[in-house]
Amino acid sequence: MRSQRPFLIEALTAIGLIAAPFVLPYLAFTPTTMSRIVVWGLFGIGFDILFGFTGLLSFGQSAFYGTGGMVAAYLLIRMGFPSVVLAVIIGMIVAAVVGYLIGLIALRRTGIYFAMITVAIAEVFYFVEFNPLAEYTGGENGLPGVPTPKLPLGFTTIHFDTDWKLYAFFGFWYFIGIVIALRIVRSPVGVIFSAIRDNPLRAAAVGHNVHGYKLTAFVIAAAYAGFAGGLLGVLQGFMPPEAFTFDTSGQLVIQTAIGGAGTLFGPLLGATVWLYLSDFFQNTLHLGATWKLVLGVVFVLLVCFLRRGLIGGIKDLYELVVRPAPKDAAAAASPGAAGASGKTSGEIRVAAPTPRRPRAADTISGPILEAIDLTKRYDGLIANSDINFSVRSGEVRGIIGPNGAGKTTFFRMLTCEVPPTSGKITFEGHDITGKSVTDVCQLGLTKSYQVNQLFTRLTVRQNLTISALAERRGKFRLDLFKHIRKIRGLTEQVEHTLDLVNLTGRADVPVSALAYGEKRRLEIGLALASSPSLLLLDEPLAGMSPSERAETVKLLKSIAHGRTMVVIDHDMDSLFEVVERITVLQEGRVLVEGTPEEIKSNTAVQEAYLGGVVAA
Amino acid sequence: MINWGNFISQCFNGLVLGALLALISSGLTIIYGTLGVLNLAHGAMFMLGGYAGWLAYAYTGSFIVAVITGSLFGMLVGVATERIVIRHFYSRPHEDQLLVTFGLGIVFVEVVRFFFGSLSKMVPPPAGLVGITPLGFMFYPTYRLALLGIVAVALIALYIVLYRTRIGMIVRAGIEDSVMVDSLGIDVYKVFMLVFGIGAMAAGFAGIVNAPVVSIAPDVGEGILVQTFVVVVIGGVGSFPGAVLGGFVAGEIVSITSMFNPAYSYIMLFVAMTLVLVLRPYGLLGTAGRE
Repeated sequence: MRSQRPFLIEALTAIGLIAAPFVLPYLAFTPTTMSRIVVWGLFGIGFDILFGFTGLLSFGQSAFYGTGGMVAAYLLIRMGFPSVVLAVIIGMIVAAVVGYLIGLIALRRTGIYFAMITVAIAEVFYFVEFNPLAEYTGGENGLPGVPTPKLPLGFTTIHFDTDWKLYAFFGFWYFIGIVIALRIVRSPVGVIFSAIRDNPLRAAAVGHNVHGYKLTAFVIAAAYAGFAGGLLGVLQGFMPPEAFTFDTSGQLVIQTAIGGAGTLFGPLLGATVWLYLSDFFQNTLHLGATWKLVLGVVFVLLVCFLRRGLIGGIKDLYELVVRPAPKDAAAAASPGAAGASGKTSGEIRVAAPTPRRPRAADTISGPILEAIDLTKRYDGLIANSDINFSVRSGEVRGIIGPNGAGKTTFFRMLTCEVPPTSGKITFEGHDITGKSVTDVCQLGLTKSYQVNQLFTRLTVRQNLTISALAERRGKFRLDLFKHIRKIRGLTEQVEHTLDLVNLTGRADVPVSALAYGEKRRLEIGLALASSPSLLLLDEPLAGMSPSERAETVKLLKSIAHGRTMVVIDHDMDSLFEVVERITVLQEGRVLVEGTPEEIKSNTAVQEAYLGGVVAA
Repeated sequence: MINWGNFISQCFNGLVLGALLALISSGLTIIYGTLGVLNLAHGAMFMLGGYAGWLAYAYTGSFIVAVITGSLFGMLVGVATERIVIRHFYSRPHEDQLLVTFGLGIVFVEVVRFFFGSLSKMVPPPAGLVGITPLGFMFYPTYRLALLGIVAVALIALYIVLYRTRIGMIVRAGIEDSVMVDSLGIDVYKVFMLVFGIGAMAAGFAGIVNAPVVSIAPDVGEGILVQTFVVVVIGGVGSFPGAVLGGFVAGEIVSITSMFNPAYSYIMLFVAMTLVLVLRPYGLLGTAGRE
């Protein structure tokens, strides 16, 4: 997906599809096998968007494959629909609508639950097809007599009535399918899908409607499945009820895993391997039913040893051969990064605050954040009680307190990660008590986490992009076909944040390759990239070496300029350098509030930290 | 309209099916709860227990030997699977664990098909439990009555192991927090292996004791696996009491619906699952945060 050659992949796909009939027959591929591969590949594109990109492993795609196929076949055979393509498209739409409804149920839960629910739902579709709807679907006989497509051109009509012509028909639709999918994965929505796969909690915390995007991915997968199901009927001349079986879903999962998930082309490659081997074992080696055993063993070995499928393996091999020393490349990059930090170490940059969307409350004076009588109880344990706290716009506030004083719980309530037991929080005049963390981030209040919450499989730049996107686009928007580079101001915002947290030289490094201090800076950058009007920092210095601390304190000072921030930390000397006022929490209550000098000389604070008994 | 004799006998069928589902689901759920791995090969392990028992019965003619063989073989397969394959997947994403257990399930099924063919096999009930028993208000197949007792005993045994023994305490602690158990100086890997073995044994035992009721075939586990998922979702993932309750609820739903129209039994089961998901997303006896 190089930016300089925008349609390279599309062009290669077209060339591959056109060249295949001239090459593959020499490897004993029949045109029918090739058509089957292409239909499975198309089915798999949607599944890969769901599984490979969004991280949702569904074992129930057969439900949509079967639904789309049955609707199309029914329209063509029983209703005498004239156009095959139109019938298949209607089948796709029905499958997508069904996918939306099923998604509402299945996406109530994630991970293992999601996998189990999709299995169960697909099984129900199988039973519904066989019994209550047998009159319409032909029950166990399926629907025979699906016609082949015709293309009227005015002067003549192309009839796709031979195997090779049908391959051309399916190949064309595969091409359309891949072009659409490539646009989707390059759109902002595609990037957010990857964010959800890597860290759904953080994706929500930076301001994306995670549930909405998951549902989008689910519907996209259902639409692809429905369309492919319709083509299956055309391919076989009859719509088989087997499309609804668990085996169908399983085969799709297997093919995608063999080829490599998260690549869009993995399912096609997986289908090629799977169908070719099954033909080979059955027709050439005459293994009979044993072919499935052999393929099962192959699959298990592949999952065990080739984690990213064949495409992943090929990529690794390519990098091993062509770019023999990725470590050298990293080493070459780091002096640059060191140079960049060296440049800044002399002076403190006064960074301008990121230009941000004007918000309604910008003109309101008075406290930007106010917490009134905030209390949090966990069963018997009182984490926070009756905290009153307010922050002026432009202020930089510190919060300190011994371990267990309730600092993190207090922050979690402010960002609406946990609801308070009682009390009220207002932010820029809005009552935000009980809102979701996503909505609060959209309002302009966000935090950096005590324990890094990054999108670990993505690069530094992609991480910041995800956060900036939420600020640019709002929490949910279906700009599926808009290229991410066309979002106004996005690149500037990302570059600016990169510069601010001093990671410009490391922008295209994956998070997993960063040093700890760099990850901490990125953690702060993720919060900054959404241009918050109030930034909460939960122990930004935790676990850092002295030199990293000095660096980060400098960073905090530079971002404090023109921003409102609240910082929790244990490192009081560092904190006193950054903040104007300090609130001391102890045993869930506000002990005292004042300037750093006042806090330093306060006897109650000294006693709290030295473990002395505070007189009631 | 409703034939009450039929109704009661269907309720009994529901109890039998429910007990069986409860047992298999318990195996699945304690494995998931402790190891964090959803075993998609669990249905295949149910099937393997049935075949091992059938083979033992064919050689010895003893039902007791068949049950013991089926259970032990289930356990053996479980322990071997954990040691050879699953162990390397604890640090890998959930999706990889699902893929590999799914693949193992296929391999188990196809190995059995390779050796014993696709035709179904029957294990007759033991001599003393053939025929029907008059219960006063109805006649009921003797073996099914006995099966209810057998599975109830197995469930109670599982309960005792989990709740009344030291190892059970470790397993339950592992369900809550396996990292903590590890740092208490208990070899958590040994516990994992044992739990996988016990879970698979529950499936294998269920596979052989069910063989006189439903004949066994290589793909008999697939339907069972799906029903087990529904049970676990209804009861709450990782919860042993949830699996038992969910099992009985599912068993009764399937049986009672079958009385009116067998075609809808599955659909009703799904409706029940959806209702639970909407009203109590973590299952009837599940707790939040176990995903």
